[in-house]
Amino acid sequence: MAAGAASGGSATTDTYKEARTWLLLPAWVTLTILALAPVFMMLIYSFLTKEFRGGVIWEFSLSAYDQFFFDRGLFGDEAPKIEWTYVTIFWRSIWQAGAATLLSLVIGFPTAYFIATRSESMRPVWVFLITIPYWVNLLIRTVSMKFLLRDQGPLNDFLINIGLIDSPLHIVNTNFAVQLGLFYSYLPFMVLPIYAAVERYNFALSEAAADLYASKWTTLRRVLLPAVKPGVFAGCILVFVPSMGSFLAPDLLGGAKNFMIGSLIEEQFKGNAGNWPFGAAASMILLTMVLIILMFSARQQAKADKAGG
Amino acid sequence: MASKQFDIKSYTGFKGITLLCLVILYAPLVVVTIYSFNASQSLTNWEGVSLRWYADVFIGPESGKFKTAAKNSFIIAIIAATTATAIATLAATGMVRGGKFRFRTLSFGLISLPLMVPEIVLAVATLIFFNSIGFERGLLTILLAHIAFCIPFAYLPISARMQGIEDSYEQAALDLYATKRQAFTKILLPLMMPGIISGFLLAFIVSLDDFIITNFVKGAGVETLPTAIFGSVKQGIKPNIMAISTMLLSVSIVMVTISYFVSKTDNTK
Repeated sequence: MAAGAASGGSATTDTYKEARTWLLLPAWVTLTILALAPVFMMLIYSFLTKEFRGGVIWEFSLSAYDQFFFDRGLFGDEAPKIEWTYVTIFWRSIWQAGAATLLSLVIGFPTAYFIATRSESMRPVWVFLITIPYWVNLLIRTVSMKFLLRDQGPLNDFLINIGLIDSPLHIVNTNFAVQLGLFYSYLPFMVLPIYAAVERYNFALSEAAADLYASKWTTLRRVLLPAVKPGVFAGCILVFVPSMGSFLAPDLLGGAKNFMIGSLIEEQFKGNAGNWPFGAAASMILLTMVLIILMFSARQQAKADKAGG
Repeated sequence: MASKQFDIKSYTGFKGITLLCLVILYAPLVVVTIYSFNASQSLTNWEGVSLRWYADVFIGPESGKFKTAAKNSFIIAIIAATTATAIATLAATGMVRGGKFRFRTLSFGLISLPLMVPEIVLAVATLIFFNSIGFERGLLTILLAHIAFCIPFAYLPISARMQGIEDSYEQAALDLYATKRQAFTKILLPLMMPGIISGFLLAFIVSLDDFIITNFVKGAGVETLPTAIFGSVKQGIKPNIMAISTMLLSVSIVMVTISYFVSKTDNTK
């Protein structure tokens, strides 16, 4: 909701220039202590030695990263082989997040386009309708989704009653259920940036294409789509990044076979099997991947701004 | 001409997909709301409308647990959202009305850090941080973590609002010999109120709803509503969970609706 207003980019003024440091100090201090310092501490922990009852021993060690990538046998004295377990979990997370992003794009693009072509007074109402569910507790939404999709749940009841299927579809505890849950969690993030891009789009371009006998779908593909590409790109990032590190959807909808990074990390800090340095290392690897994606997207965005300006 | 223009803009199927999108977004919430009124003990059969599961939440065997959890949730949300809103309002004034300065981009990066870092990573980092400085886990650690991640949610609507307010009102006050402090408290703050309320409400919902970070930094035995619900759901979905969920989702929807209408009001006229 704030995106449209924030990108208005009106110039800043310097009315309170003298007080600036004092105005910003509380935010600097709070976030440095409670967000920045913790991330650095996590980086340090990922290079420490594990303590068996959770926690760490303050002794430098690379074993957390080593354990992530290499298998040295049960007693750690065999020749290192590539460890596929964790790489597979990361790969599955990327795959699941990618599928959820694609699903969001297929549903979200037409929705965003439809909203952006409504009358000016109706657009905020549509945007509001799309964003409301996002503000409902993610846990409740995921539980609701599970309830709806259960074998004996309302969806299967409904499909059987109208005679579309004979026996219930098994959706819960499959990859597809996780994708559906992720899609449901982050769909508004796909719709909003695309909506903002289509709203700014000059439809005279489409008219010009139509006047030159381009078909409607050609116009969409070759004129509109290139123009709104930054919005589509931003939407994909905003769905992909939180999906990759999500915990609730895979945990509640996926079951044990569909383990993702979030569950792997959580496991290291809960219960007795905890390995804090390993959890910190897995978090660092996830964070690094996310930062690379964000930097890449910032560069794309800068490129698009240059081309547009 | 009008009909031709309409034709160019509309694609067959897009309206259908939009409606499908709304159905997908709302169906689970509607279904849970309906089933929370189910009189039946089982989840599958419908036996008529009843408030028994709502009664169960308040006076049933688990009511004590849920009451404590709800109290914790609301106390944390109120304090965290208030603190975050105050910090965000000052920061927005420094960023939007503080002229150009060297660390502007860096400051914005720091403020939006909790939004860029995946939630589970921030949860791990915060847990490790509290552990490394020997801070006992409990309500206070939850509160501190919540203040941090609420700041960007409060900051965004507040700074957006401030960018939309011309500084001519404050300049006029300063020309009439108001001090900077007076211009800020008597002119800018009242004009900012819709943005501040909107930011507060969003921060409040985000805090009330948080599960992942809370789950990491809470001490043993300390529960908020989401962690209590998660604990229950792990043993299977029960009808009383649906009643709680319906109440909690109503709170969120009401607050977002208020936030939406407040942020639309124009009090600069």
